[in-house]
Amino acid sequence: MQAELLDIRNHIAQYPPFDEMAEELLDQVVEGIEVAYFRAGTQILELGQQNAWLHYLRSGAVEISRRSGELYNRLGEGEFFGHFGLLRNQRVRFPAKAIEDSLIYKIPYETFQYLWEQDENFADFVEVEDRSRLRSAISRQEKANDLMTSKVTRLIARQPVTAPSTVRLQEAAKIMTDNGVSALLLMDETGDFPKLEGIITDRDLRTRAVTQALPSETPISDIMTEDLITIRSNAYIFEAMLTMLHNNVHHLPVMDGHEVRGVIALSDIVKYESQSSLFLVSNIYQQVDVKGLKKISRGVPDTFVRMVNEDANSHMIGSAMAGIGRSFSQRLLELGEEKLGPPPVPYCFMGLGSMARDEQLVVTDQDNAMILDDSFIPEEHDEYFLALAKFVSDGLAECGYSYCTGEIMATNPKWRQPLRVWKEYFTDWIEYPKAESLLNSNIFFDLDGIHGETGFAEELKDLIAEKASGSQRFLTLLARNALNRTPPLGFFRAFVLEENGKHQKSFNLKRRGTAPVSDLIRVHALACGSRAQNSFERLRAISKTKLLIDDDAGNLRDALEFISIVRIRHQALAIEEGREPDNNVRPEDLSPFERSHLKDAFQIVSNAQKFLRFRYNAGGGRNVQ
Amino acid sequence: MSSNNGPTAQPHKTWPERYRDMANTARDPRIQAFYKAGCPAPATPMSEVPLVALDFETTGLDPDEHAIVSIGLVPFTLDGIQLGKSWHQIVRPQLPLHQTSVTIHGITHSDIDGAPDLSEVLDTLFEHLNGRIPVVHYRNIERPFLNVALQHRLQEQLRFPVLDTMAIEAYLHPDRNPNRWQRLLGKKPVSIRLADSRLRYGLPHYAGHNALIDAIATAELLQAQVLHHFSPETAIGDLWV
Repeated sequence: MQAELLDIRNHIAQYPPFDEMAEELLDQVVEGIEVAYFRAGTQILELGQQNAWLHYLRSGAVEISRRSGELYNRLGEGEFFGHFGLLRNQRVRFPAKAIEDSLIYKIPYETFQYLWEQDENFADFVEVEDRSRLRSAISRQEKANDLMTSKVTRLIARQPVTAPSTVRLQEAAKIMTDNGVSALLLMDETGDFPKLEGIITDRDLRTRAVTQALPSETPISDIMTEDLITIRSNAYIFEAMLTMLHNNVHHLPVMDGHEVRGVIALSDIVKYESQSSLFLVSNIYQQVDVKGLKKISRGVPDTFVRMVNEDANSHMIGSAMAGIGRSFSQRLLELGEEKLGPPPVPYCFMGLGSMARDEQLVVTDQDNAMILDDSFIPEEHDEYFLALAKFVSDGLAECGYSYCTGEIMATNPKWRQPLRVWKEYFTDWIEYPKAESLLNSNIFFDLDGIHGETGFAEELKDLIAEKASGSQRFLTLLARNALNRTPPLGFFRAFVLEENGKHQKSFNLKRRGTAPVSDLIRVHALACGSRAQNSFERLRAISKTKLLIDDDAGNLRDALEFISIVRIRHQALAIEEGREPDNNVRPEDLSPFERSHLKDAFQIVSNAQKFLRFRYNAGGGRNVQ
Repeated sequence: MSSNNGPTAQPHKTWPERYRDMANTARDPRIQAFYKAGCPAPATPMSEVPLVALDFETTGLDPDEHAIVSIGLVPFTLDGIQLGKSWHQIVRPQLPLHQTSVTIHGITHSDIDGAPDLSEVLDTLFEHLNGRIPVVHYRNIERPFLNVALQHRLQEQLRFPVLDTMAIEAYLHPDRNPNRWQRLLGKKPVSIRLADSRLRYGLPHYAGHNALIDAIATAELLQAQVLHHFSPETAIGDLWV
């Protein structure tokens, strides 16, 4: 293979099963390739057609269907197709169609057969898929879901390899070679603690040093990358992946505050799982207008249904859906800033409620707000931020996130305020609480900075964590509000049904199910000074204190999971049957198993509410403190 | 810049006819063989034409002042680009290598010291060109540079039609440079550079820059252009320049 074709070999070598293939074999693959371009909408392989090529998708997207025409799989960059037929009689068994403009590397049958004979891993990979397509599809998806629920720390295999930023080029290259790493972190060691100052990668060495024939004595600080993009150690793997895609970097230092925990590379993630199921999320960032985002948003319910059918748990689904919602907001903010120009003062865009808690589902409205820098002058700057807020809010509405009926959106001037005012709001809510105002501000206690100066949101979280646990009256009123909605259980464990317009006799699994649980978990979490937002993470923080006995926290977690998953399945079923998904469940729609377990779960919630009333003296003022 | 653009001698004759004429008058056997290999009739559909994407890295833009540093080419048709038959060759320029172009191509003095002169690799070059229509991005580089080099070494030139993917983009975007008024309204110019043109067709970004990758990139761009804006049935004579 010609060295100049390295770009092409490197691309293939990123993806399984080619990632574990010997270099000589890879060279042969490249030698045999024929490149072909297909316009979106073109049928690449027809059912029954003679085909002698393995098709590797270099860029674009392809849909594979079953004989029946039903969608079987959707492929993205680095995936291949056409092999089912190659293993048999070279007739196409699964037709393929380009759904985006696609560039395909066609690998000839002779090469395919040679790889199959020479490389056991390759043979397993293509055969396993042939033998039990469904099973492997599911396990692939499960691993993909892992991406959304596993933290980046899972990918850190070693201590970070570092060097002082004073080293010379050759020394740096030697350290990297000796340690077998593709990136070296450079530390400023002049202070008391070493501080991360820059990074240099293999690629930098090639492009910045070798091609320019820099002398080996060049200080590394001359060519290292400063202004680092990093990721916090509690981030999910898929967030790391998005950060990389988004900033076009291939290495991310993982940070615990100011301390470096390690470095993860794009290839680590790609090895961990192929990109396929992140198709939607990564696609969001490629859209250049609201129209494009709207088009993509139509795929959100499908993604939701797919995760449900593959037995993802509610935490996975909730965080994936919230991640998708966050990505839409972030992309809209970027597009808004492109349209309106850079913001006149720094700001932070906050997601509130279920998005902040990572508990979003498909039927959801938008809850958001803006924290502006304290240098904000309304007469000069507010026109900009109103326009930006409106752009994002309208865009989200286009993408299926309907306007918040309670006006909790950044378009509302009350929720578009400088940090100083936000601190006053929270101080007021916590130190001078009134039952009525707390009812409406509940949602602000689940907050997450999703764009811009996210440090502003962190400051608010600090303030809440610091003040809330000390204000007994605040906790009491918050607990009382949390008791307003009770589970739908009556005498003798019968469901209490509500007459509900077209939904007739049903109960609302959000209002009377998941919401009361997350409400009561929030009270305990604030009482113990936790900064967590997700209900399951809050429960973990709570169980470390003595607020609840261990068993109670565990039971509550199981109850929340079960109620959530019944609610999720109910919505997925509606989407599959082409109905509008909602939260109203009729008992006759449930299996006897689900009915019985749901009653157990409601009983647990009911008991937890009784404990909440007792613990925070929330019994309606009868208890004198 | 246009004096080298193409033949002006026999405007009434078609390219296949001119090839036949020139096969008789050419002196160098390689140039004879090139013309003898023939040229498809202008009415031939694109889908049936053997093509070769060609890219030179040069020390500058003026064929009389600067020289070829490397050659990349890949034979292809609308159906497929055959990477296995691609060819990349660094050649020793007869003119000094300027520092600026070194940083662009990543080709250094030491690469060039061991490289052959163009005359030593002409046989291989012609093997790849014979019977194929060259495809380039920006026609004022490869053809003129090749002709200056051949004139210097063989005292002969090579006349042939090319497909120019940049000219096709220019044709597709006649109003690519907004006037002052449109600029005020925020309209941006449309770039017809290779990398920018590729983006419009969803073609991937190639990190490396060498003559071969650029030739492949050009071949892919032509496939995309024909499928988006013309058709495999389009006559080659409508597209070549």
